[in-house]
Amino acid sequence: MAETGSDNTSSRTDGTVRVKRGLAEMLKGGVIMDVVTPEQAKVAEDAGATAVMALERVPADIRRDGGVARMSDPEMIEGIKEVVTIPVMAKARIGHFVEAQILQALGVDYVDESEVLTPADEAHHIDKFAFAVPFVCGATNLGEALRRISEGACMIRSKGEAGTGNVVEAVRHLRSIIGDIRRITQSDEAELFQWAKSLQAPLPLIQEIAETGKLQVPLFCAGGLATPADAALAMQLGAEAVFVGSGIFKSNDPAPRAKAIVEATTNFEDAEILAKVSRGLGAPMTGIDMDDIDVRLSERGW
Amino acid sequence: MTSTDKPTHRVGVLALQGAFARHVESLTRCGADAFEVRTPEQLAACDALVIPGGESTTMAMLLDRLELRTPLAERLNDGLPVFGTCAGMILLAKEIADGRPDQVPFDVIDIDVRRNGYGRQINSFEADIAVEGLDGSSFRAVFIRAPVVTRVGAEVDVLAEVDGDPVMCRSGHVSVVSFHPELTDDDRLHRLFLDRL
Repeated sequence: MAETGSDNTSSRTDGTVRVKRGLAEMLKGGVIMDVVTPEQAKVAEDAGATAVMALERVPADIRRDGGVARMSDPEMIEGIKEVVTIPVMAKARIGHFVEAQILQALGVDYVDESEVLTPADEAHHIDKFAFAVPFVCGATNLGEALRRISEGACMIRSKGEAGTGNVVEAVRHLRSIIGDIRRITQSDEAELFQWAKSLQAPLPLIQEIAETGKLQVPLFCAGGLATPADAALAMQLGAEAVFVGSGIFKSNDPAPRAKAIVEATTNFEDAEILAKVSRGLGAPMTGIDMDDIDVRLSERGW
Repeated sequence: MTSTDKPTHRVGVLALQGAFARHVESLTRCGADAFEVRTPEQLAACDALVIPGGESTTMAMLLDRLELRTPLAERLNDGLPVFGTCAGMILLAKEIADGRPDQVPFDVIDIDVRRNGYGRQINSFEADIAVEGLDGSSFRAVFIRAPVVTRVGAEVDVLAEVDGDPVMCRSGHVSVVSFHPELTDDDRLHRLFLDRL
């Protein structure tokens, strides 16, 4: 009773690593959806999205249109922030720390330093510790994930191949990251030095994984997911949540598909529910085979 | 359904979305038999329930779509001990401000809350708080897009505050916090919940 702090002169600290990673923890088990208009953002929230990614063009259109893809217009991001109550994320170009500064000033909840946009720096990623807003970064393998974490990323998403509607690359990247985590936990001390060298990743992070068996930050999956089954596949492979980009709003009937993907992500191990929610969703986005694409977005990032 | 004569409590963690895995870890460290709840059958197996942090809008929709809302409301009204953190606090409150119009709370603790009342993610913070009934030092509380408690009913005990705002409340079998004890290794609040079962 006497302990109750009514006159808490509180030691409030914001922007800590725990606070930044904490929001990623809250998004686990959910679906983050790409949206390009406030109307789409409402559809996403109504379907049960845990967050929306506000961008000007979905990756399928960026791929089709070509040219330089940049941070979205602040007006468009603000329009989306106004209509939804869930967190709003937005993308900055790799290495473009000023776009990130602008996104932080706009009050977005998470910045995605994304290979889907045209990179601004071919050697350096953003120093993400310099920001109060948390960052998510893509990775194709564990080394890339750990380099991003060492720069301050608070969430990792496997890259997949955005805008293709083809899950094959997402599976490859998830298996690579999670497989190497498993192998590291079986390694002895001397082998950890070799892991650090071969993955080009900081040794202390490798040693930490050997001990905990887990990535330091939540691991989500992105890039090419188009169906409820794709989302459940990513979750069963070990992803902790999913991003769906073009897969929803490039399909014939986005709202029911968005809902179905949300339910599939929650019930990813229940085949009965997966069968039920997969019914009658109309045509998914057409999708592209990997042999037919000119630009591999996942190769961007260093 | 009471478990007073049993050595371990069967504590479900609502696992529709959010930080449920971290709660299961904390409860397990405290010696409870903790498990994830996604179906009415799993809900029926609980002696107590934790509703975790996450997106309250998403959880509320999934409660309806997975036909969990009615059985959960019945268990709560029958006195199922429940611990709600952040989104869990929102779902258990009486009134929600700044939520979605279709977001109906369970109304089992007489408090009103404002969603994201401290602001957006860049305003998220951690703070040392003093908690009534907790032995030892202060508790490091992590607030993520946290709700603000805007009204507390006469029957509700306020157990902790930050800058004059209630952040931990209890009324009968319902305990709520606006922060995330599952994001630290400090299990004292989970233990406090279990000790009262």
